[in-house]
Amino acid sequence: MAEYFYISLFAVVALVVIGALLALSTLLGPRNATPQKLLPYECGIVPAEEAKGRYPVRFATIAMLFIIFDVEVVFMYPWAVALGELKLFGLIEMLIFIIILGIAYVYIWGRGGLEWD
Amino acid sequence: MFEGTVPLAHYLTLSAVLFVIGIVGVLVRRNVIVVFMSIEIMLNAVNISLIAFDHYLNLSNGQIFSFMVMCVAAAEVSVGLAIIIALHRNKPTVNLDEFNLLKW
Amino acid sequence: MEPIHAPESIDLIALAPVLVLSVFAMGVLVLDLWAGKNKTLLMFVSLVGLLMTAISAFAKHPLPAFAFTDSYIVDHLSIFFTCIFTLSSALAILLSAEYNERKGMKAGEYYALILLCTVGMIVLASSTDMIMIFLGIEIVSICLYVLAGFRRDDPVSNEAALKYFLLGAFATGFLLYGMTLIYGSTGSTNLFKIAEFIKAEGAPSSPLLLMGIVLLVIGFGFKVAAVPFHMWAPDVYHGSPTPVTAFMAVGPKAAAFAAFFRVFTEAIPNMAANWEILLCIVAVLSMFVGNLGAIMQTNIKRMLAFSSISHAGYLLIAVIAKSAMAGSGLLFYMLTYAFTTFGAFGIIILLGRKGEENLEMENYSGLAYKHPVLALSMTVFLLSLGGLPPFAGFVAKFYIFSAAIEEGFVTLVIIAVLNSAISFYYYLKVVVFMYMKEPAGEFQISMTPMTLFVVIIGIIGTIELGIYPDPIIALTGLN
Repeated sequence: MAEYFYISLFAVVALVVIGALLALSTLLGPRNATPQKLLPYECGIVPAEEAKGRYPVRFATIAMLFIIFDVEVVFMYPWAVALGELKLFGLIEMLIFIIILGIAYVYIWGRGGLEWD
Repeated sequence: MFEGTVPLAHYLTLSAVLFVIGIVGVLVRRNVIVVFMSIEIMLNAVNISLIAFDHYLNLSNGQIFSFMVMCVAAAEVSVGLAIIIALHRNKPTVNLDEFNLLKW
Repeated sequence: MEPIHAPESIDLIALAPVLVLSVFAMGVLVLDLWAGKNKTLLMFVSLVGLLMTAISAFAKHPLPAFAFTDSYIVDHLSIFFTCIFTLSSALAILLSAEYNERKGMKAGEYYALILLCTVGMIVLASSTDMIMIFLGIEIVSICLYVLAGFRRDDPVSNEAALKYFLLGAFATGFLLYGMTLIYGSTGSTNLFKIAEFIKAEGAPSSPLLLMGIVLLVIGFGFKVAAVPFHMWAPDVYHGSPTPVTAFMAVGPKAAAFAAFFRVFTEAIPNMAANWEILLCIVAVLSMFVGNLGAIMQTNIKRMLAFSSISHAGYLLIAVIAKSAMAGSGLLFYMLTYAFTTFGAFGIIILLGRKGEENLEMENYSGLAYKHPVLALSMTVFLLSLGGLPPFAGFVAKFYIFSAAIEEGFVTLVIIAVLNSAISFYYYLKVVVFMYMKEPAGEFQISMTPMTLFVVIIGIIGTIELGIYPDPIIALTGLN
């Protein structure tokens, strides 16, 4: 149990130090809040709008399409590992897989899913 | 105490805790997107168990399973987002309590 | 050139129905880009695809055949289920054609989604590996989420999709966790290997395995809409486009039951002492909540949703009985359920028109005076759903119940029969509205040929399977 003693000692010290620092700075620090000071810090630039801004829904559509095509790549890892054994058959299988993805791509393109406006 | 490896039970506990966090999130939160994320936490909690079982029992099916789970989760996310967008066009809210045309 | 050798375990002929239907589904998807406004071509291609799929299901001989290192099976159950799925998808497509036209649902991916959903169902009914079963369930569910919300401009349809999606994905989590725990405690995802392990260990009571089974029951319970996991069903059935409702009441439900039956009878029959009582409770609750809930409904789609919950209860009895006879009973039940449900929903679609759906029971008052044939057909479907002797529903219930009695579940069957009696109350309520009440207004029925065709098929199936079921029963392997 000796390890736990040191860990808890560390935790207690950390809490005390942090609490003391926070308490001291609120007690001793001068307070003259101006609107500029209350602004969120954005690397020195004056924030142009609320951080909780709204995004155009187009981003969501692109994100949706991205997720699907992105995750399919995981199947290529096990395939690549086993390709040595599967030989030409494996290559053809993967071609079929990619063609199926291609069909989805053609469909999305044809339906105008990739257009920005 | 410190043998250098983490026993299987720890992974399973982590996975169970995450799974329960997911369940509680689904049941308690009212924001559709957050409910959605909770469901993803549930699925990924299961992935942890799958991989842990594989590693400790020297199996390999679970790794394939977790690939499948990842892909299915991705497909689910995109269908779910699409449903939320479609819904948002008719009713601009993400609060579950406001979807009350049908009795729950 | 040297021929290309596939690894030994890969058997594409066993997979033929899945491959054929996938190709057709993708074809329909791409064809839609060039087909323009007229969707008749897409519909035709989809129907041809379904027909080819049903034929290709018989490509493998002799039965049962295993493929993909025992993770895929072609046997009696899977072939019969494939036929039920293709039939129900074809009927759904026929029902949809005019409904979609009327509601302005012009998108051609509707047909592709139904086909892909059917692919998932076939995978589900033929897999003997939990990974494949999970994939099948997800293919089916994801297609259904989209189909439920297909009327994008209708808030009710959107809401149904959202609810279905959230609860469906939630249930997926449980199902998956259950599968993982069973995998972890038995060391395999293959149903036969799991069964072997459990048999060798003498039904181990490891908490992981038991927890896994409980989670599996929850997950499957959600997918088949059994009480207490049924909350989504009435809303989703109500909000979805009517042909989609009919579709999801038959095909996906049958598929989920196929997997349910296979997992519980192939993989964990030796744990029956543990899950039997659990499933009994779920079955009894489903029957009571479904039937009592249906009594209180005024909307006919919601009523049929509750009725479908109670049917899940009857079908669970087949899983509990877990004999070969129960499996045959399950097949026969799903077939009759397909005919009656599509027939009933066909009539509901006939009575609806542009703008108004006419889904309240009052809309049916006096139907018998104006359109006696329609009213008579609806009566036949409802009585068959309730299980009245000359119709198919009776024979189906009879087989499942007698299988259960043979296995010694007498109390369960008594409760089920009692529930069938309760169910007549609400089925007959619609009949009373049609025959005993004065018509409230004019019926504007659009006698569209394809919907009418579905109703006729439904009638023929319901009566034929009720009066002369022997050939089909022989096909289910009962005799």
